[in-house]
Amino acid sequence: MVEANQSFVNFSNKTSLKVALVGNPNSGKSTLFNVLTGLNQKTGNFPGVTVDKKSGFAKLNKRTENQESRIRNQELGAEISDKAQLPTSNYPAASNSTITVEFTDLPGTYSLYPKSLDEHVAFEVLCDPNNENHPDVTIIVADASNLKRNLFLVSQIIDLKMPVILVLNMMDLVEKEGDVIDSIRLSEKLGVKVVGLSARNKEGIETLKQALLQPLPVPQYDFIDIKKLAPELIEKIASVIKVNSDFAAFQIINNFSEINYFDKKSDKKEKIAAILNASAVDCNKLQAQETVERYKVINRIVEECITHKSAIKTESFSHKLDSILTHRIWGYTIFLVILFFIFQTIFFLAAYPMEWIETLFVSFSNIATQTLPPGEFTNLLVNGILAGLSGIIVFVPQIALLFAFIAILEDTGYMARVSFIMDKLMRKFGLNGRSVIPLVSGVACAIPAIMSTRTMSSWKERMITIMVTPLMSCSARLPVYTLLIALVVPEGKSLGIFNYQGLILMSLYLIGFIAAMMAALVMKWILKSREKSYFIMELPVYRSPQWRTVGLTIYDKVKSFLFDAGKIILAVSVILWFLSSHAPGNRFEVIEKKYDNPEMAKMYNEDELQARISSEQLEASYAGILGKSIEPAIAPLGFDWKIGIALVTSFAAREVFVGTMATIYSVGNSDNTQTLREKMKAEVNTVTGLPQFSVAVGFSLMIFYAFAMQCMSTLAIVYRETKHWKWPVIQFLFMSALAYISSFVVYQLLK
Amino acid sequence: MEIGQSAIINSFTDKHMALKLLEMGCTPGEVVKLDRIAPMGDPIAISVSGYLLSLRKAEASTILVSLLAANI
Repeated sequence: MVEANQSFVNFSNKTSLKVALVGNPNSGKSTLFNVLTGLNQKTGNFPGVTVDKKSGFAKLNKRTENQESRIRNQELGAEISDKAQLPTSNYPAASNSTITVEFTDLPGTYSLYPKSLDEHVAFEVLCDPNNENHPDVTIIVADASNLKRNLFLVSQIIDLKMPVILVLNMMDLVEKEGDVIDSIRLSEKLGVKVVGLSARNKEGIETLKQALLQPLPVPQYDFIDIKKLAPELIEKIASVIKVNSDFAAFQIINNFSEINYFDKKSDKKEKIAAILNASAVDCNKLQAQETVERYKVINRIVEECITHKSAIKTESFSHKLDSILTHRIWGYTIFLVILFFIFQTIFFLAAYPMEWIETLFVSFSNIATQTLPPGEFTNLLVNGILAGLSGIIVFVPQIALLFAFIAILEDTGYMARVSFIMDKLMRKFGLNGRSVIPLVSGVACAIPAIMSTRTMSSWKERMITIMVTPLMSCSARLPVYTLLIALVVPEGKSLGIFNYQGLILMSLYLIGFIAAMMAALVMKWILKSREKSYFIMELPVYRSPQWRTVGLTIYDKVKSFLFDAGKIILAVSVILWFLSSHAPGNRFEVIEKKYDNPEMAKMYNEDELQARISSEQLEASYAGILGKSIEPAIAPLGFDWKIGIALVTSFAAREVFVGTMATIYSVGNSDNTQTLREKMKAEVNTVTGLPQFSVAVGFSLMIFYAFAMQCMSTLAIVYRETKHWKWPVIQFLFMSALAYISSFVVYQLLK
Repeated sequence: MEIGQSAIINSFTDKHMALKLLEMGCTPGEVVKLDRIAPMGDPIAISVSGYLLSLRKAEASTILVSLLAANI
């Protein structure tokens, strides 16, 4: 097939290089990306779509002239073995001897026939040479233990005639199974550079980095004879638009309706459309032929390049594990136990650092109050900014723990099994086994969860998943639940092990899940679609989780929470502080005057007097006016105007509830050292004389927060994902109605 | 097919499904083995070209196969 007469590109004279990582899902592409870039990465967006673009930078040392010539003399296109390379540290470190490489992690895809939004991005970046993310070099990451299927995408990219390095990842697995891959032969057959490595064990990474700086063969020969499949059409397309290869033209034929990258100014798109219309080509047939042809060649190559230890594979560890984890009884039991364990852990383990954070901020406010002169600025700092910051940072332990668990479940391959055992159940509700992952991720945050639905190819199932995911109790509700549970549910254990508070917390999550399922069922009947849903998905082999990936996930999520959601929360906290410490006209002075007489001083001691003034001032403030104006509407739910204020501000983000409560109570009470929980517990209903936060109010409020759509960010993401305002509006209305009615019922029953 | 049974793929009955399946390595002539069935009877998992693929029964039924003798 591929012999000499290759052309090469050499990037070693450039100062920067764009490298894209592509590969099948589960090929270890992201692991390699993390190893290559470390913490030096950023998340952005691909233009026009909301698919996350992960890119990272690394500096590579260039070779000396000497080494360069030696490498040229090497057999071209062959694998670079570790021995042929000097360690990096031996390279002279001249000032201009480094090259900055920008790595982009493209979404995982099985082929260059995009079926989902994610795959579409990979397709456009690779197939459109004018795309701003089009790489200089493409690293194709293939799972070496599953080479046959991985080579399919490899063969397509080779036919695009771009400089390519094929990375055979998971070589450790291959060796463990006793198989041998002849990578030199594979490199000859494919006409590209092949590097074998194990990203998990960080083996072979240096070889890959050096391979980037060596002359790279550009594939010259078609992997399969594309032209044979549609000779006339390919020629006609090539006459209209400049293409690098027959396969690029072939791709235009088959994906014409999917391609958005034609030059808008020229009439090329119309010309191609005319050609395609005239030819009445059957794209399905062409694609099928192409695929079959490719696999024929791949099968030959795989046969030549892989030596299996034995023909009969022993029953693998994964297989045995699957027998338990997808068992009709054990499978579900284990899944429930895992969920139960996660929630108990989050509630328990996170409690300690949360307490430390709270204590720390209380001492900060004390120091600030004592050292700074009293006045507007100190007031803003202590009651606005510090209170807000404390309310943000206190969630970090819970978010970190939850994402640690999710990352572990994903990384081990268990999530795919969850989809597998849940698919039939999910389908009854108009969902898909794949909806389980967005739904489960929804307990962390609806925003990434909704974004993760992009891998679903059925429009209807994806819409339903997006619409119901916000009903899953996200981490922003957790602080609200935590606060309210601690307020109305006694501490203590049932049967010695089950923490009551943990049980109530788990029930709230279950209620959210059940509501999501019911809403999905309703939408299944409403939404009409003729589109077919499918569930064709790989079940990856089980692997032990990588702590590096888990760590990076936690870092990523906590960072985005602190900086994205945190900004909103802090801003709202400050606005709130203003609203609750300022009033129209001279209302505050009037209150102060009222209490400033000897008669009042006789009736109350100093502290009581101060508390009464603060309380009345809050009632008179802008915030009080706002809360009172909605009180009639929320009174049937058991909420007073203070909760009313919190409900209004929570529409920015749910967790603001806690911040609002903190602000309201620290403003209304001069004693700052008391924690919020104690303050709320001490709050007495002025009408009944009983604690304001009774069991009925607590549960009514929890249910309200479980169902209400109080997250502007989620609404914004739903709009971005659905490209229509209709969906977020419907979502907002149905969730609000559900929250109001449920809260009403709960309060009236428990009152 | 029963669990553990193998078969050779002959052809497909659904054009669109066929493309997806082909891409995943289910090409005519390939040997597939029914590896397991999900607890609720659907979906199923098959071994094909060296890995485990899960698909729904309805999807699997678009693949026409000829059975091989058990335990090959």
